[in-house]
Amino acid sequence: MANTSTFRRTALAGVAALAAIGFAGSAWAQKTKLTVYTAIENEQLEPFKKAFEGDNPTIEIAWVRDSTGVMTAKLIAEKDNPRADVIWGLAASSIGLMASMGMIEPYTPAGAAALKPIFKSGKNPETWVGMDAYLAVLCFNTAEAAKGKKAKPTSWADLTKPEYKDSIVMPNPASSGTGYLTVAGWLTIMGEEAGWKFMDALHQNVAQYLHSGSAPCVQAAKGERLMGIGFDMRGASEKTKGAPIDLIVPKEGLGWEMEVTAIMKGTKNLEAAKKLADWSASLKANELYGKYYAIVANPAVKSMPANYPADGEKLMAKMDVEWMSKNRTRILAEWTKRYDSKSAPKKQ
Amino acid sequence: MGLSRDDLVMRAGLVVLAGLLLLIVGLPLWALLAKGFEDGDGRYVGLANYVSYFSTPAMFNSALNSFHVAAVSTAIVVPVAFLYAYALTRAVLPARWLFQGISLIPIFAPSLLPGLALVYLFGNQGFFKVLLGGSSIYGFDGIVIAQVFYCFPHATMILVTALATADARLYEAADALGASKLRVFFTVTLPGAKYGLISAALVVFTLVITDFGIAKVIGGNFNVLATDVYKQVIGQQNFSMGAVVGMVLLAPAALAFVIDRMVQRKQVALLTSRAVPLIPRPKAGRDLFFTVFCSIIAAGILAILGMAIWGSLIKYWPYNLSLTLGNYYFANFDANGWDSYFNSLRMAAGAAIVGTAVMFVGAWLNEKTRGFGIVRGVVQLLAFLPMAVPGIVLGLGYIFFFNAPDNPLNFLYATMAILVINTVAHFYTVGHLTATTALKQIDPEFESVSASLKVPVWKTFGRVTAPICLPAILDIAIYLFVNAMTTVSSVIFLYASDTKLASVAAVNIEETGATAAAAALCVVIVITSAIVKTLHLLADRFLLGRLQAWRRR
Repeated sequence: MANTSTFRRTALAGVAALAAIGFAGSAWAQKTKLTVYTAIENEQLEPFKKAFEGDNPTIEIAWVRDSTGVMTAKLIAEKDNPRADVIWGLAASSIGLMASMGMIEPYTPAGAAALKPIFKSGKNPETWVGMDAYLAVLCFNTAEAAKGKKAKPTSWADLTKPEYKDSIVMPNPASSGTGYLTVAGWLTIMGEEAGWKFMDALHQNVAQYLHSGSAPCVQAAKGERLMGIGFDMRGASEKTKGAPIDLIVPKEGLGWEMEVTAIMKGTKNLEAAKKLADWSASLKANELYGKYYAIVANPAVKSMPANYPADGEKLMAKMDVEWMSKNRTRILAEWTKRYDSKSAPKKQ
Repeated sequence: MGLSRDDLVMRAGLVVLAGLLLLIVGLPLWALLAKGFEDGDGRYVGLANYVSYFSTPAMFNSALNSFHVAAVSTAIVVPVAFLYAYALTRAVLPARWLFQGISLIPIFAPSLLPGLALVYLFGNQGFFKVLLGGSSIYGFDGIVIAQVFYCFPHATMILVTALATADARLYEAADALGASKLRVFFTVTLPGAKYGLISAALVVFTLVITDFGIAKVIGGNFNVLATDVYKQVIGQQNFSMGAVVGMVLLAPAALAFVIDRMVQRKQVALLTSRAVPLIPRPKAGRDLFFTVFCSIIAAGILAILGMAIWGSLIKYWPYNLSLTLGNYYFANFDANGWDSYFNSLRMAAGAAIVGTAVMFVGAWLNEKTRGFGIVRGVVQLLAFLPMAVPGIVLGLGYIFFFNAPDNPLNFLYATMAILVINTVAHFYTVGHLTATTALKQIDPEFESVSASLKVPVWKTFGRVTAPICLPAILDIAIYLFVNAMTTVSSVIFLYASDTKLASVAAVNIEETGATAAAAALCVVIVITSAIVKTLHLLADRFLLGRLQAWRRR
């Protein structure tokens, strides 16, 4: 029986798919289909699309979503024949890289004047405008800490204490944007020399360098590790789901990154793309971002999603985006030499 | 020697095949690998990238680690798979079909699944953590365990094909001459399966070398070449260095190609036109041993699958172990919900149908065409390449090649068709090897006789060759289907807004921390492939009963 029902389901799906193509085809005839590349979280796709299309009934968003690294690689690989019209929700550093390759259509969206200055590219017209900021925080598992009688750290310096040996995970800066902004954040706050010295000490306690910015807080949430250094929103959403973790903002300050909007050069739907860019900078859009992020571009939006650390915005390091991209190769080479190969064995 | 009409037709077919492979394998790969000779701005820099890559000590470590992990995994998988395949083909097992089915489960599962299951079983919160005696699952041991699980069906499939066709007369002769069992094994059985054994070893070795999924989830700080590609391409968008590592990864494939050519020259057809098929007869001691052996292996596979199923029903690992079906409402975890699953079904069906036809006809052309060595060599090389190419490299190569503004084929980009083509290309090697192994066991006398009877070669193909090889043809179709259901690393760059696949969705869901939902989607994929495989086994039994009746006496 299982076999026949599978066949029927497959056949039905096939028919349904054909029908859907037919109907959608006629409905799209009047609508502009805008291909939007993004790395925003899965759960945000539907609400963002609905809200924009509600205000712009003639435009339809077709999302292509994956992680920041995959989307950036895909965008750059498609450089000679771009398929995206708009990028809505990708790291500012990725867009910065693409802008330097001449892939971005400069445009200052209608509501840009109202946004905080750091959430703008500073060019005229703007190459990108920001949506929200995310921080590399510390996700600390209180249940595991109670079992192992481990104290709760309050600063980066605390993490170098011997009691945390092999209990910290963080993203590998060579594989993850969050990893790089964490490292760049330390170098900015502490200065180069002290920053590397701190990382040398931290290395003794790091169990693993992971390949994504989400994974460390997920591992901490599931008790795989005592703590993870990673992307704040992931930690907050795990806590909301019931994970016994605290999100800690170390008192020295911390690295951060923005999600931004930009228009692709060469888009065939420039008018519609501009409408999306305008909307993405509007107060209404910022209120929507505020449902998920504590720090958004429009200063009028005061938001605090569930389980976010309270004092994150105050402690954001003064990151120099240009310095970060210019020194990236050098910093990663140094980091890799020190921590990512067997030539840098740990003290046992 | 003049060329007959048959020769001309087959040579033309071979040229078309070579052109097709060039289009779906060679050129896309070159589109990316050529970037290894350019700097970030696309200027030609000769070998500068290679020099800088080879002068970093980390690279040497990764290469050594890759080699180490692949060698150990191969040394474990091939003997185990050989014994398992031997049991399936040469012993009388109770519920043989069940053992055969279970052996294939790992291939039904996205590589995420063993990773997740091993963390549940042996991770820091795992049930059996004590069994590891204080060492960690994250690292070398974890990679090897997961790779053995993941590669086992690949090797078993090749070895079953190699052992399935044997000439009973050889065994009768050996028996009559009073040869010991051991001697028969080493002088008849092993040589007969030699081509299959070497193929299996080459396939497992290259699979492990190129796999990234397992190393990512469970590898810890154990760097391998495939994670190096990821760091360069995804982490740093440095396509030039990614291309350099990708090129280094081709070395094992080149080696495999050379070895294959050498072995092939010595291979003789096993199934001569006068062969008598070998049917295993019951023998208590041997059958008991193999039943126990296969049960242990099957139990290990089922434990990993069972853990994943249980994990998919858990509310919040490890702090709330109450059960829920909520993780199967995929719309709560991924905007595409169940749509991506139906996309996967369509893509897998397409890949199975198109891919099997191309691979089998292609392997036949390549095996049976007389002379024309250069083109056959080109086809063989292109058929071997995909196995050695990490999915990331092939996927990016597809963007560069099929998205180029001046490529007349660029209408294919961002369609379902490109996903099908990419998947067929990516899994070409094993399908080609399976078909070749099956074809090699058929005596060329069939063709000679047909030729002397003035029967056109394609009639022999349709009436003799294809029916004899039908089990292998079905195997290839199923192999393509199940791999299309699980493939991630290449298609992740190629799906469009309406063609997202379930395997990609599972990775995305896992990244958001919804481990249970990711496990649930993996389980749905496994069950789908298991159902398809059950249908296959039923079809196989029916077809074997009709078309393969000649094998029995």
